[in-house]
Amino acid sequence: MKSGSRAHCHRGKTVRRIAVTILTLLALSVLYDDAWALPVSSFLEPAGPVAAAQKNHFIWVTLITLIVVLPAIILTPYLAWRYRYGAKKVAYKPKWAFSWLFEILIWGVPTIIVLILSVPLWNSTHQLDPYHPLASTQKPLHIEVIGLDWKWLFIYPDEGIATVGEMAVPVGRPIALDLTTDTVMQSFWIPALGGQIYAMPGMRTKLQLLADRPGQFRGLNSQFNGMGFEHQQFLTVSLKDDAFKNWVQQVKSRGIPLNTGRYGTLNKQSTRAESFAALGTPAMPQDILYFSSVPPNFFQQVIARYRSGHPLPPGDQPGTKAHGGHSTPSPNGKTGLGT
Amino acid sequence: MTASDLWHLVFGRLGLQSLPFWDMIQHPTPSHIINGIIATGAAAVVVIGALVTVFLITKYRKWGVLWSDWLTSVDHKKIGIMYIVLAFVMLARALIEALLIRTQQADGLNGGFLSADHFAQLFSTHGTIMIFFMAMPFLIGLINFVMPQQIGARDVSFPMMNSISLGLTAAGAALVMVSLVLGKFETGGWTAYPPYTEAAFNPGPGVDYWIWAIALSSIGTTMTGINFAVTIYKKRAPGMTLFRMPLFTWTALCTAILMIFAMPPLTAVSLMLALDRYLDFHFFTNGMGGNMMNFANLFWLFGHPEVYILILPAFGVYSEVFSTFSGKRLYGYTSLVYATMAIAVLSFTVWLHHFFTMGQSANINAVFGLLTMIIGIPTGVKIYDWLLTMYQGRVRFTVPLIYALAFSVLFVLGGLSGVLLANPSIDFQVHNSLFLVAHFHNMLIPGLLFGMLAGYHFWFPKAFGFRLDERWGRLSAYLWISGFILAFFPLYALGLMGMTRRTVSYFDPAYTPWMLVAEVGALVLTAALTTLVIQLIVSIRERKANAVPVGDPWDGRSLEWAIAAPSPEWNFPVIPTVTDRDPFAVAKAQHTAYQSPPAYEDITLPTNSAMGMIICVVGGLLGFALVWHMWWLAILSALAVPVAVIAKSFDTRTEKVIPAAEVRQQHQAWLAQARQETPISRQLETSPDNHGLADNTIAEAST
Repeated sequence: MKSGSRAHCHRGKTVRRIAVTILTLLALSVLYDDAWALPVSSFLEPAGPVAAAQKNHFIWVTLITLIVVLPAIILTPYLAWRYRYGAKKVAYKPKWAFSWLFEILIWGVPTIIVLILSVPLWNSTHQLDPYHPLASTQKPLHIEVIGLDWKWLFIYPDEGIATVGEMAVPVGRPIALDLTTDTVMQSFWIPALGGQIYAMPGMRTKLQLLADRPGQFRGLNSQFNGMGFEHQQFLTVSLKDDAFKNWVQQVKSRGIPLNTGRYGTLNKQSTRAESFAALGTPAMPQDILYFSSVPPNFFQQVIARYRSGHPLPPGDQPGTKAHGGHSTPSPNGKTGLGT
Repeated sequence: MTASDLWHLVFGRLGLQSLPFWDMIQHPTPSHIINGIIATGAAAVVVIGALVTVFLITKYRKWGVLWSDWLTSVDHKKIGIMYIVLAFVMLARALIEALLIRTQQADGLNGGFLSADHFAQLFSTHGTIMIFFMAMPFLIGLINFVMPQQIGARDVSFPMMNSISLGLTAAGAALVMVSLVLGKFETGGWTAYPPYTEAAFNPGPGVDYWIWAIALSSIGTTMTGINFAVTIYKKRAPGMTLFRMPLFTWTALCTAILMIFAMPPLTAVSLMLALDRYLDFHFFTNGMGGNMMNFANLFWLFGHPEVYILILPAFGVYSEVFSTFSGKRLYGYTSLVYATMAIAVLSFTVWLHHFFTMGQSANINAVFGLLTMIIGIPTGVKIYDWLLTMYQGRVRFTVPLIYALAFSVLFVLGGLSGVLLANPSIDFQVHNSLFLVAHFHNMLIPGLLFGMLAGYHFWFPKAFGFRLDERWGRLSAYLWISGFILAFFPLYALGLMGMTRRTVSYFDPAYTPWMLVAEVGALVLTAALTTLVIQLIVSIRERKANAVPVGDPWDGRSLEWAIAAPSPEWNFPVIPTVTDRDPFAVAKAQHTAYQSPPAYEDITLPTNSAMGMIICVVGGLLGFALVWHMWWLAILSALAVPVAVIAKSFDTRTEKVIPAAEVRQQHQAWLAQARQETPISRQLETSPDNHGLADNTIAEAST
């Protein structure tokens, strides 16, 4: 009996220790997200005006909606307990089933709250419309994004360069992204800078972002697109003007030209690490591809190929097995974030 | 003709590689072996489970009973019960899948133990099953069982069609089960968005399993919707005007209307995808003018009303539960009816909020965002109507009420995240993330599942004549509630930390502690289902002690409580005349309950029909043949459907007559028993003293 209770006590301690560890880790994960030195991946730590506005909007909608939510949470246990079966000296009116006062309250309050919320909904939807150019004195930096299985290709048409796995942007300058894919549908998302937008083959979608401080932010595809989906992440680096110019020069000097042949390797189903193994050179950072030049109108041609009106057999469609996709990548294989 | 040609002619593309352990033998790496063992184990459970079932039925010589009392029965009560049995079986599978998903992600930082392909199948089947083969059969079963009894009818309007609906749903479920044994399931999630699911990208049988499982069950559900709506319009007892219908019947009506209009887009979209895959059409392909955005629109044109198809019947259950266990009329009946109708209508106007991020103009997004928020108004009204039902009542904390209270608290939190998601600018940051996953589980578990479980506990005595064990029921309820909180609240945080759904592994160590909590939650939920099974076993064992033959264990208010438990095959010996909203509560208060009618008449009931089973088998075979390209079998089973329908039309013995004397004898015996029993106060409601006759003198005294 005694030993049993001691064992029980011991087990209790172990359980407690595990619980304490988990709680500590939870607290840490909230407070010290940077503790692991990973790129920022939440709009709750915004690095630009779009994400900051979204965070602000998120907090306000939560607080206003709590006006109807909180009373329900408090009243449920309160009413159930106060009017419990055994309770003494409380009124019991089994036939009471209507009151104009309550009717007006329960329809009126939610209606007023929705009316209040509808104003910021309408305004923010228009202000933060991903197609709506961001107010700025500077000319936007234009980036064309092509989603591939399972990496993103970033083309800087004005700079004449392209990268995979790393998207550098200048601090304070609006970024105008044009997006498409050369495979199935994907969703492009850099949480710390702004919301996501779908990218679809044969179509162009748009996204406007702005980074207002230097830093490293996680970018990713959020739309499941096959067995390397979780690898489709990239690093967004926001750099001061000079540093950005320097970065462009680095890409030009350390990169290789993007041509049809290399694109044909790149657009096969593969993780970024696998593409790097096929195309990378020692001059490039680990698992990041730099292209020093891009054929003209490359992005437009990728879109146009799906709109030709001619049949596209699977062998001509990147992302299919027939196009040279390989079997499932190693299930435990990991691609770093290119840090 | 070579042997291989012959094989292909007979078995299509079925082959050794379709077996779950083939990969493991071909590539004996540790990862392949782990995944192979799990897949083979699951297949073995399906095969062995089927074999054991067949063996037991044979051993106890129950084939005859099974065939004539259940499978060919067109009695709405039995069909309802079979739907719910199907729901529980599928719940067990999909819950185990959820546990595997959670366990994989708990170790997702290190890559876990599942392959990406296996994981993708798990989240796809989990979603497909939970929506189409757990939630839908559960609510359809509950409506089937309860609604005709609530409106004073003897059956639904089209009893044989009811059986065919069940057959089609079961055939769809069977296809999903077969996919565990032969071949693989689809990997693109329960929504199966093209072009990922097009033949170019996923030529295997997985997507075809999804297509035919969905097509079959969606046709079945459309017919169910027609059946329920017509029944409610045409078969109400005299005096039961629309505004005297119990709230559960109202929600059943709204759900039925939603089914009629929302299921056809799903049938259409799944068949359009089939045309793309089988006949080289270009509805949703990348080239040749195909457009996957049309799939998203059609799918969610079904998908959003579907959300309310799922939730409205649960709202109906909660209305009955709050009112019955508060010993009080439902507060704001009219309000609740209009709120239900408003939700049903609005549910067709919000589908676009499932893809705010597809690139349409801000005006469109804003309008759909506003409409989405407006649905929150009638939903909020309902919550407060239920709270006001408890106000000045006498609340009894039975199992259904515990679920209802947990629902009320948790559902509004899901409503909060729903209002957040309704804002396009916020949605852009949480779409496709675990925040969204947390939101819809927060609506569907406390909303739908708790509602269904509350209904299961509430009406079980009516179906089988004895109450479910109260102590196990409470334990199970507490486990479901705490398990839900542990499993899904962490996902809100993870979503806000930028973690996407459907990711087999991740790189951010900050996710792990939250994932561990969610894993504990998944384990608690598994325990919850286990206790539910134990409860059923315990209750069956103690069925004599917990019997409630008089049929009114909860001091019920609507017509289904006015008859014996289990209900007679014909429900009502004489169709009642309704003069009030809570007809049975009023009858009890006026001492007009449990009375002999002036006369009995012969009762005409539909005879058994094998059509439901024929369509089930033939439909299932058709789906299976199409999945594996066994064209001969596909043609034969497709032809069998019209042949069976035509043959059935020659059958003239579609009705049987129960003589008035038999009805009288049974009814009088029950009345005699009711007169003998002592009315039981609500204090003894959950004790063996409760034989189903309620003492309602308190309710009378205080009016």
